[in-house]
Amino acid sequence: MDDLRGIERAIEMQETKIAAKGVDVFYGDTHAIKDVNVEIAEKTVTAFIGPSGCGKSTFLRCLNRMNDTIDVARVSGSIMLDGEDIYDPKVDPVQLRAKVGMVFQKPNPFPKSIYDNIAYGPRIHGLASGKAELDEIVEKSLRRGAIWEEVKDRLDQPGTGLSGGQQQRLCIARAIATEPEVLLMDEPCSALDPIATAQVEELIDELRQNYSVVIVTHSMQQAARVSQKTAFFHLGDLVEFGETATIFTNPVDSRTESYITGRIG
Amino acid sequence: MTDMSAPSSGKTSLLRLDARTKKRNAAERRFRAYGAICVGIAVVALVVLMASILKNGTSAFFQTHITLDIELLESKLDKTGNRDIAEMSKVSTFGYAPLIKNAMEAKIEELGVDIEGLKKPQDMISKEAAAQLRRFVLANPDVVGGTYEFEFLASGRIDGYFKGRVTMESAERDKNVSPQQLMLADAMKEEGSLNTSFNWKFITWPDASENRPEAAGLGVAIIGSFYMMIVVLVLALPIGVAASIYLEEFAPKNWFTDLIEVNISNLAAVPSIVFGILGLAIFINFAGLPQSAPIVGGLVLTLMTLPTIIIATRASLKAVPPSIREAALGVGASKMQTVFHHVLPLAAPGILTGTIIGLAQALGETAPLLLIGMVAFVREYPSGPPEGFFDPAAALPVQVYNWTQRADPAFVERASGAIIVLLVFLLVMNLVAIILRRRFERRW
Ligand SMILES: Nc1ncnc2c1ncn2[C@@H]1O[C@H](COP(=O)(O)OP(=O)(O)O)[C@@H](O)[C@H]1O
Ligand SMILES: [Mg+2]
Repeated sequence: MDDLRGIERAIEMQETKIAAKGVDVFYGDTHAIKDVNVEIAEKTVTAFIGPSGCGKSTFLRCLNRMNDTIDVARVSGSIMLDGEDIYDPKVDPVQLRAKVGMVFQKPNPFPKSIYDNIAYGPRIHGLASGKAELDEIVEKSLRRGAIWEEVKDRLDQPGTGLSGGQQQRLCIARAIATEPEVLLMDEPCSALDPIATAQVEELIDELRQNYSVVIVTHSMQQAARVSQKTAFFHLGDLVEFGETATIFTNPVDSRTESYITGRIG
Repeated sequence: MTDMSAPSSGKTSLLRLDARTKKRNAAERRFRAYGAICVGIAVVALVVLMASILKNGTSAFFQTHITLDIELLESKLDKTGNRDIAEMSKVSTFGYAPLIKNAMEAKIEELGVDIEGLKKPQDMISKEAAAQLRRFVLANPDVVGGTYEFEFLASGRIDGYFKGRVTMESAERDKNVSPQQLMLADAMKEEGSLNTSFNWKFITWPDASENRPEAAGLGVAIIGSFYMMIVVLVLALPIGVAASIYLEEFAPKNWFTDLIEVNISNLAAVPSIVFGILGLAIFINFAGLPQSAPIVGGLVLTLMTLPTIIIATRASLKAVPPSIREAALGVGASKMQTVFHHVLPLAAPGILTGTIIGLAQALGETAPLLLIGMVAFVREYPSGPPEGFFDPAAALPVQVYNWTQRADPAFVERASGAIIVLLVFLLVMNLVAIILRRRFERRW
């Protein structure tokens, strides 16, 4: 497959950014994530793949404690970000989420202007000391979100008026405007057409220069195209985790093999 | 199902309707017809209601006036002649009555009509006239001795004659008016000293006693209702919205919050008179607040309006898509920032609508106000805020109730007029709600 060009991509060894050990997640009585151990490296794109309902989103949402907002969700185990336990009672999830940004499956711009969409995060975190600086952050973020050229003349118009692909890139720009260290993306391309998908993938590849990116995807081609590391989840278990090239050419587990050859999922 | 299977003949024509389609279309036509009939019934009911109220009530805004030249005799009003107000206030309204009588007799002479058996022509003028005259003289003592033109209200019966309520035949049997007086009224109308014009006093004057319906107005009731609405708005909106935000966004979901939820829904269904009893027991008997005061009425109506506002607010908070909350939390906003920056603005139109519906309900509420003494006959305007909140006042719907209880048929007209005023207020409030909604929704 041509799509597997990720295989040839050289992988430099990077330091560990996030280390998850023995993570279990329960939704009430449902055991959604079972004893998952995973290490996410700095300046690397890590892909989570697996059939629908296997817990990819659930695990991703553990990494910025988004599961805290779900009443029935219960997380155990340890997740270290730069050696600090993010589930430590002393950690304020709000502070954590400024460091670990998130892009959701469905584009969800605020029903405000394009400018305010980007400026909101920097404003509440006090990242800009004046209007000029804020303008600068907005422009920089939109440029890095690869959407500046399309919206620069209508920054005061509603973000909700953009097309689906533009909205998703706006959301990515919004997430990087707060200067996070890790960017979590939950199926960011599932609502997009192939052209918008290609733009977002290109963007992810660029983001790798500065961030550690975790992307959930149900498309194996996409995982192969953008990621250096891949984790395969199945029914709440982390079945296999390794270099993307290895997972796609030489899977160890039979379930991984069935999935990537299209027999399950 | 067997009729789901493909037709046996193989091909069917699109130009011919099959049995299922025919049945479906017939069902749809029937449903549309039922719908149209239901809307029709509602519209007819509304039109009949509005027509009857307008028919009975519009005349309350027009009143018959009699214009007379009054000679303000010094011998009657200021015997000492030194224009001392203290001295002059000793002359009661009875002292002014002869002046009106004189003026009326002079007018008859001037007209040159001779009506056999005409008695007490001064009774054609409202009893309010003497008081009106006295107020004027005490305010301007220098006018004593001169002759001035005054416009007085005609009595309720004379007014009723021009509105068709009183006829020559009914006057025959009526001890308050005689056919001769009606004839004189006709003559005066012809001459121009009696005319019917728009009656602002109906809106601005306070209520009047049983035997002078022509002078009864809504002034005190409008101020009372206005004060109560202020109390309700100032208390119920912030309390209701804060409670809803807490329950919807912050409170843990457990049996206790479930219990609160059930209780709030139940409160919305509690008959309003129960709130009146509660208000009487707590605000008046226990807290010692004055009876008939808008503050007490406002507090009672606040209790009544709170559940409405809470239910509407929670519904509109629930309707805000969770993706917006996730987006805000995702960029590191705190829970409170999420709610106040993103959720609340989106819920605002719904909250506003709920609030105004609640206020409109409160404005039209009668039963609880009866219990806290707002039926009292109040002729004094309450003073300005804030003391005015503690002064006795009436309320619009209670005034309607009050007037319908009175014997004189002239009050029926006034009650209908008061209903029109009430409806106009409700209409204005709904209009404000719609305008505000538009304003907020335009900000996407
Ligand atoms: N909010 C929730 N409440 C209860 N169960 C949930 C919730 N979200 C997800 N689940 C369950 O957890 C499992 C994993 O879901 P999810 O992480 O969304 O899967 P994926 O993203 O891989 O498709 C599923 O069985 C799903 O039903
Ligand atoms: Mg998912």
